[in-house]
Amino acid sequence: MDKQTTKANIVTGTPRIMVERPTRISARNVDIYYGEKHAIKNLSVEIPDRAVSAFIGPSGCGKSTFLRAVNRMNDTIAGCKLTGEVCLDGKNIYDADVDVVELRSHVGMVFQKPNPFPKSIFENVAYGPRIHGLAKDKTQLEEMVVNSLKKAGLFEEVKDRLHQSGTGLSGGQQQRLCIARAIAVNPEVILMDEPCSALDPIATARIEELIDELRQNYCIIIVTHSMQQAARVSQLTAFFHLGTLVEFGDTDEMFTSPTDKRTQDYITGRFG
Amino acid sequence: MIDLTGKAANTKRYAAEKRFKSYGAIALGLTTVFLLFLLADIVGKGWPAFFEHHASVDVMIDPASVDVATPATGDYSALIKDAVRAQFPDITSRSDKKKLASFISQAAADDLRDRVVADPSLIGKTVKADILLSADADLYFKGIEQSDDAEMLEKFKTKLPVAKSISWRFWTNGDSREPELAGLLGAIKGSLLTVGIAILLGLPLGVGAAIYLEQFAKKSRWTDVIEVNINNLAAVPSIIFGLLGLAMFLNFFGLPRSAPLVGGLVLALLVLPTIIIASRAALRAVPPSIKEAALGVGASQQQAVFHHVLPLALPGILTGTILGLARAFGETAPLLMIGMVAFIADVPQGPTDPATVLPVQIFLWSDLPELAFKSKTAAAIIVLIMILMSANAIAIYLRRKFERRW
Repeated sequence: MDKQTTKANIVTGTPRIMVERPTRISARNVDIYYGEKHAIKNLSVEIPDRAVSAFIGPSGCGKSTFLRAVNRMNDTIAGCKLTGEVCLDGKNIYDADVDVVELRSHVGMVFQKPNPFPKSIFENVAYGPRIHGLAKDKTQLEEMVVNSLKKAGLFEEVKDRLHQSGTGLSGGQQQRLCIARAIAVNPEVILMDEPCSALDPIATARIEELIDELRQNYCIIIVTHSMQQAARVSQLTAFFHLGTLVEFGDTDEMFTSPTDKRTQDYITGRFG
Repeated sequence: MIDLTGKAANTKRYAAEKRFKSYGAIALGLTTVFLLFLLADIVGKGWPAFFEHHASVDVMIDPASVDVATPATGDYSALIKDAVRAQFPDITSRSDKKKLASFISQAAADDLRDRVVADPSLIGKTVKADILLSADADLYFKGIEQSDDAEMLEKFKTKLPVAKSISWRFWTNGDSREPELAGLLGAIKGSLLTVGIAILLGLPLGVGAAIYLEQFAKKSRWTDVIEVNINNLAAVPSIIFGLLGLAMFLNFFGLPRSAPLVGGLVLALLVLPTIIIASRAALRAVPPSIKEAALGVGASQQQAVFHHVLPLALPGILTGTILGLARAFGETAPLLMIGMVAFIADVPQGPTDPATVLPVQIFLWSDLPELAFKSKTAAAIIVLIMILMSANAIAIYLRRKFERRW
């Protein structure tokens, strides 16, 4: 694919990788306001299943805001208003008949700062399945907890201390615990809001490996400040600037031959 | 060459710092001295009130004055008086006899009656009766007051062995006009009932209001108005709450006067702002990331609050509540308005019986002229301080116990 067609893809919102994978999330003409502030301006994008999409951009560009719009976490912020459509599998999640609790059980979230509950490791992971009634009995619940911890690559490290406090783990382990907690409710989509920004490089590498594994089964969106991280883990990259989606396309192309001047300036370190 | 020795300008700064430190130290020292003086004074004055003096005398339960069929109606007072007089054959004048009788408390006859009623076989026998001394005699033997009858009291002591013992009456009696009989049980029970009702009403309402305002209510002009008003209510003088209670609970709803029920309602109103403010602060102190984490795995707002935020806020809520409770315990003014200031000799049996509370009891006793009540006042203050200190200790304990890190 030459540069010209890539450019055309941005306009229509269909990068190369989208051809092979079904669309999971699509946003159409989304505007988000925080009171007076216009945080997201007329954003339209399609995000594929079973791939990692990275949102990059300078601070305050709206990437986290849009991420939080995908599981309606912005609902908790006073004065936040959204217009337009955000569809999950074709269904607008802002429709009146959408149950936000149900939505969030399908769209899990991992936050910037590891935020395990101040309870045991087991309870942290078991909480989601328990409130959704996913496990029929105790054995099944235990099985789900162990499976989730295994998927998050944490089980081997904590199998002997499942009933000790989750806050006693190291930062990287805590973040993997949060990932285990998110996947315990069998979501289809996992949103990650700068999941490695509070972690050291080794813990970051482990999380990145994990993200790469999880990609096989989930639609993952990751907000990151690190362009290297975006380049390492994602297949698609979206560049946000001042509330607009400047460019969205295949990661390798974005980093080698960005079409927009602003993208180029940002990834070459001229601002941001 | 850099000169690192002190310059004049620096010495001035250090002097200022030293001065400020010394102000603090002086203030602390003075406070400590005053506090110790106050405590020593109260304890010194109140300590004797926890004890009483008894004399023992052989009393012949004369079947002539105590009927076997109805032992409760016998004239035990006369029996004891006669027995005491019999020990002093040389006291003959009428006024001296009267004086002698005045050393003995009314309670002596009551105690003997209770003993005989419990065991009627004593009638016709001679028993060793433990007779409680009157307040004046008691004060003399405690060495608190010089008596005009010192000579006679000394004589009394030689014939009848006088012993000091812990005054259980102080803990088991209600109020009385006789200082040696006056006890705190009525006031303690009244306080417990009143504060119990206040907490029963104030805690769920206060915490509920705090949770709603902090976690559920949409911020609007109305919530701002409510917030300002709650803060103002916390600063309203407590007597205003008493007037409110008088107008609303007594005059409008017609609830009984002097009852712990009404006192509890008034105190609930009084501590409600304190509880709400403390609970809101405690809820706000829980990191929002915990709630977001719960919402993120699909918990509803209520589940997130009740499963995660509230347990973490609990130590703060409990501390605030117990501090509010301590305030309610020490509150006097609003209870005066609803009639809990009456002289009530009976120990209240339920929330609608007339009652008084500890601080009001202190207020009442401090007003009485008898010297013995001065001591009782100080003793009641000690009891109140002990209760408040244990409430604070519980608050600290609970805080330590439930405090969790995240």
